Amino acid sequence: MQTNQLLALFSGAVLLLGLVAFFLGRAKAARVRAEGTAMVAQPDQYAWFAVLATAGPALVVSAVGAFLMLMLGAEIPTPYLLAASLVVAAAGLLVGMMQVRPDFHARQAIERVIRWILVAAAMISIFTTFGILFSIVFEALRFFQMHSFWEFITGTVWNPGASFLAAAGRGDEASSAAQFGSVPLFAGTFMITGIAMLVAIPIGLLSAIYMSEFAPSRVRTLAKPTLEVLAGIPTVVYGFFAAITVAPIIVNVAGFLGLDASFNNAVAPGVVMGIMIIPFISSLSDDVINSVPDSMRQGSLALGMTKGETIRDVVIPAALPGIISASLLAVSRALGETMIVVMAAGMRPNLTANPLEDMTTVTVRIVAALTGDLEFESAETLSAFALGLVLFAVTLSLNLVSVIMIRRFRDKYRVNNL
Amino acid sequence: MSQSFDDISAQLKGRHRRSARLKWISMGSLGLAGLFLVLFFADMLNKGLPAFQQAYVQVELDYNEDAQRMGRAAMDREIAPLVSRSFERLIPGMIRDNPDLLGTTEQRWVLANSEVDQYLKGHRNQLNEAEQAAIDELVDSGQVALKFNTTFFTNGDSKMAERAGILSAVVGTILTMLVTLAIAFPIGVMTALYLEEFAPDNRLTQLIEININNLAAIPSILFGLLGLAIFINFFGVPRSSPLVGGMTLALMTLPVIIIATRTALRSVPDSIRHAAFGVGCSRWQVVRDHVLPLAMPGIMTGSIIGLAQAMGETAPLIIVGMVAFIPDVSASFTQAATVLPAQVFTWAGEPERAFVEKTAGGILVLLSILIFLNATAVILRKKFERRW
Repeated sequence: MQTNQLLALFSGAVLLLGLVAFFLGRAKAARVRAEGTAMVAQPDQYAWFAVLATAGPALVVSAVGAFLMLMLGAEIPTPYLLAASLVVAAAGLLVGMMQVRPDFHARQAIERVIRWILVAAAMISIFTTFGILFSIVFEALRFFQMHSFWEFITGTVWNPGASFLAAAGRGDEASSAAQFGSVPLFAGTFMITGIAMLVAIPIGLLSAIYMSEFAPSRVRTLAKPTLEVLAGIPTVVYGFFAAITVAPIIVNVAGFLGLDASFNNAVAPGVVMGIMIIPFISSLSDDVINSVPDSMRQGSLALGMTKGETIRDVVIPAALPGIISASLLAVSRALGETMIVVMAAGMRPNLTANPLEDMTTVTVRIVAALTGDLEFESAETLSAFALGLVLFAVTLSLNLVSVIMIRRFRDKYRVNNL
Repeated sequence: MSQSFDDISAQLKGRHRRSARLKWISMGSLGLAGLFLVLFFADMLNKGLPAFQQAYVQVELDYNEDAQRMGRAAMDREIAPLVSRSFERLIPGMIRDNPDLLGTTEQRWVLANSEVDQYLKGHRNQLNEAEQAAIDELVDSGQVALKFNTTFFTNGDSKMAERAGILSAVVGTILTMLVTLAIAFPIGVMTALYLEEFAPDNRLTQLIEININNLAAIPSILFGLLGLAIFINFFGVPRSSPLVGGMTLALMTLPVIIIATRTALRSVPDSIRHAAFGVGCSRWQVVRDHVLPLAMPGIMTGSIIGLAQAMGETAPLIIVGMVAFIPDVSASFTQAATVLPAQVFTWAGEPERAFVEKTAGGILVLLSILIFLNATAVILRKKFERRW
């Protein structure tokens, strides 16, 4: 609470100094100008420069101080740090006032600062990527110190069960019990992703073909945003739909066919995920098919091909890189999808080829490992980061391949809107 | 020329038939996608609409001595089992707060418990036949009825289905979205401004661009891992708070806002920039006074769409702990909170039948908000879109 009050006091003081700087700066510039001296900048620009000179260094000093405290564990009492910042602000105010001179380019100075602020904002996205990478890699490395990487990649038993004992210093009782073989998790993930693709790719691609080649423009303008609605529905809602509505239907249908299906079968989340992904494929494929040059269609039709043959033999092959790229993006989306599988797929790691059994996925285990009451240091919690690392690597490479494919398509047909 | 005309025309017929088949199949798959959508919404409405109604019982409350200790004593012995236990527990407190009540009686409509509620709605319940008959009688005499469920909108979460509401989740959502917008909007717009208007075409710029496209495709759960490892474990931001949730979602929304803003900036024709440069504006003045105002509708549209996307996101919030059980509404950025999709997730995990309805009701509220936001974005675009 006290830090909050201190911070409020500090912000108030900086704000006050800034205001003082603005009005003093403007008054001084106006006075100089009234004396008849020609100045290179407007009074307001001098005033803004004074504000920047006052507040900027002060904020930088306090930010650096906070950073030092966090990163290096330096012991700087907060009141001293803030007081130092205020002294810097006062000094900045003085400098700002002294810079109100006829030959000082205040506007250019301001714009240089603005430019640096913009650069800093742009760097945040890079920091985010590195933040994700570092946070995952760091914790994953700690996990791989406890369990071998090879066992993680090739093991077929995922049984983190007793790893919390090891974390509690009773490792000898349990060290043999905890096993982290991720193969069943990836098998489950790929099974559900595969089912999703079986639903999404045919329906999405055929919808795209219809919308771009056959549909009258009124249907097209209506259908495209309607399909987008599918992509806008929150995944938690799809998860509920899969668990409550689709899974029982699948169990009933399987029972009717004489098959035994679990309520947490892989088909329900797979199908629902496929429905969710339809618009990803249809939207991008539609754009790609539309940007295949019309001259190719005209050439094909002029040779006597029917419309269907033109689409099958000319348009689709030409658009293939784009379609593959769309499908890869969809696969990466399906691999990382969390809520649908958390709510509708099982929790039990199960290495099986039968989609009617319950099986679990990478994302389910990440959520399970991080929502329990476990110590953060335990192997199970850290295993979430190891799984996250693999997920990151797989989706990243899929995205990169997809970008390269679409770039190849773009270069070939010289389209710019993709 | 071995083929006769008949052969060729027969072949042609087959080829045209195949062409027509492709048309029908592709049309059918679009129809199928549409059908999914219709089925989905029908199912949600069917499951969720009953949540907006709730069974109430009319009871005669007799504030006697016993009721001071045990609320149940204030009610008629036959009706008491129908009343929500959450109401019974309030009675001793009511008498304590207002001693004048003691010895008086009062007619009141109070919450029925969820079994009665489910029975009235025709769902599966655990009541036996005698109890069901008794309720039917009370319904006929007008003492038990379904009414509009205000509790659902004025209460926080509860373990008793009939008292569970979405208010704390709505407040949490608003706080989280405020944080998200406050971080993602300025940073996103500034990044886009830099990339479109200022950046030289060098390695760094290319790196930033590739990186942004990449961030847009990273699974959302990985942002949760970032939030957990960096914001919570490293910077010590309070777990489960709207602050950490909002920061995590802000990083996720950033690429959406950047990409939308860049498109909007790019659609402002260069002639405007040239004219402004021509009258002596500096680069920043051109951007601030001419390009940015013209691109603003597009930026707003993109930000609203990004916000809607963030609002429906659950996975990263689960990882940073925003699935807490929050019965009381607290409007604080640093205390534990929950958001609408996380509330839906929590309710979906409850075993009671009555919670299925609550879940679907929460989903309907969430979907209405998202549809409203997206419609706003579409209208904004239609209204302000300029063709140059």
